[in-house]
Amino acid sequence: MDSLVIDLAVLVLAGFVGYTVISKVPNTLHTPLMSGTNAIHGIVVLGGLLLMAESSGVLEKVVLVIAVAFGTINVIGGFLVTDRMLEMFKGKERPKPADPEAGEKPE
Amino acid sequence: MTAMAGTVFLQTTNFTDAAYIVAFALMIYGMTGLTGPRTAVRGNKTAAVGMTIAVIATLLRKGEFHGSSTVWLILLGVAIGTAIGIPAARRVKMTAMPQMVAIFNGVGGGAVALIAWVEFRHQFGGGWPLRVEIFELFGAIVGSISFWGSNIAFGKLQEILPGRPIKLPGRGQSALNLGLFVIAVASAVVLASGTHSQALFILGILVVAALLGNMLVLPIGGADMPVVISLLNAFTGLSAAATGVALSNPAMIVAGMIVGASGTILTNLMAKAMNRSVPAIVAGGFGGAVAAPAGAAGATGGTVRSTSAQDVAIQLAYARLVVIAPGYGMAVAQAQHAVRELQRELEAKGVEVKYAIHPVAGRMPGHMNVLLAEANVPYELLREMDEINPEFPRTDVTLVIGANDVTNPAAKNEPGSPIYGMPILEVDKSAAVVVLKRSMASGFAGIDNPLFYEPKTSLLFGDAKASVAEITAEVKAL
Repeated sequence: MDSLVIDLAVLVLAGFVGYTVISKVPNTLHTPLMSGTNAIHGIVVLGGLLLMAESSGVLEKVVLVIAVAFGTINVIGGFLVTDRMLEMFKGKERPKPADPEAGEKPE
Repeated sequence: MTAMAGTVFLQTTNFTDAAYIVAFALMIYGMTGLTGPRTAVRGNKTAAVGMTIAVIATLLRKGEFHGSSTVWLILLGVAIGTAIGIPAARRVKMTAMPQMVAIFNGVGGGAVALIAWVEFRHQFGGGWPLRVEIFELFGAIVGSISFWGSNIAFGKLQEILPGRPIKLPGRGQSALNLGLFVIAVASAVVLASGTHSQALFILGILVVAALLGNMLVLPIGGADMPVVISLLNAFTGLSAAATGVALSNPAMIVAGMIVGASGTILTNLMAKAMNRSVPAIVAGGFGGAVAAPAGAAGATGGTVRSTSAQDVAIQLAYARLVVIAPGYGMAVAQAQHAVRELQRELEAKGVEVKYAIHPVAGRMPGHMNVLLAEANVPYELLREMDEINPEFPRTDVTLVIGANDVTNPAAKNEPGSPIYGMPILEVDKSAAVVVLKRSMASGFAGIDNPLFYEPKTSLLFGDAKASVAEITAEVKAL
């Protein structure tokens, strides 16, 4: 099969996987979800890495350094912010019914 | 993947592809973790591990780091990104989270656009298949729109730019946007069909798409910003996937497409919560100072009843059921901890306290949940709109903290109102309503709220945090 056909098949299947996995996320987690998926599209940084070796000329290199920096901000910032948001939920979810404070961490 | 020349190269490619499969499997697994609060932290970390594997595998694949400058330039880019990204993510306040997500999304889109540009400069005339070029051009246009659109969204939420819509009169804006879109697509077609002035055309496309990104988001009012960020998030994901197809990189295709799919779902969910369609939001106009309908409804000019912290304390302390309806005002005032204090005091006096969470209260879905979770408010006290609305008729006092549009009865009663049809928290059904507000200024959507003029409503003006603290002190003193 043509590699483009394979790539397109992967693209379509990934769309369905994403749809199925994500439609189960509860409302409460929508903000972290948006932030988490936001970090994942930082995958574009790979494009910057791949092209860097092939690039020539100052302009291309400068543009790619910016692109890699942008992608890195996207990935690192995205995952860190999501982690910070989610830490707040951790341990507090569904504490024992008898004692509503049970699951809380002292902060 | 097509160019499998030597055995060594083949092995390397196979290794990279295997690593990519592991990487995106981890990302998908991580995302499934996000379906529950208990597994979410781990899920996010799992996805981050997947991302790290993808990056390392890519660097190994480029084992041909012959020019030593390549390594240093990559390190430089990563170092700059780390130096900006880590402090930004660490320092940002929970209330400023939506802006942060907007800007992180924007730089992702910017990266796509820049990569497409370089790729194009580099590959044009090199006999790239037309269909691969199409994906690249798609990435360039959509990535650029996402970058500039996100910057405008950031500016609006950070209040650098005014929250009200900025647009040309009449249908001018839609015509302009359509025109820009046509120019971008037409340039892309010209480019793909192989005109000679390629360098100019690709720059032209990026500039037109940049303009389009600005023009698309500027006319959208602040109230719709969460939906817009979500939409732009989906855009960036799709553009990343398109770049992935152009580069035939499975990790980019899968990760980008998952984000595209999730962003689309989320955008629809959010738009639905506001009873609006995504095209209507993009067409702009709503969410800002819509002058005519609110004035025509005759809600303005009524008298409001202002109250004191002491009175509110008495009202609350002698109630059986108090519902707290928080909004963006609670977020800006950082009042969530003070609110939790008040809730504890009231509970100590035997008052039942619940929180009413509107799906789009604040600036993002789940915004209120995050803030209240930060303040250690027990999860089971938070009630979603459909759950709490039937309870308002038996609620003695509803305490509205910095929420406006999501409690506006005009959404139900006034067909002329721009927010007519949006589901709201039916706080006007409770026996009494106390609204904490900074001033009589209208909400982010710029629409007057008839709730404030109802006889059973009283208003306590001032900073939400200070007001709540005062009320708590008064409740303690009772």
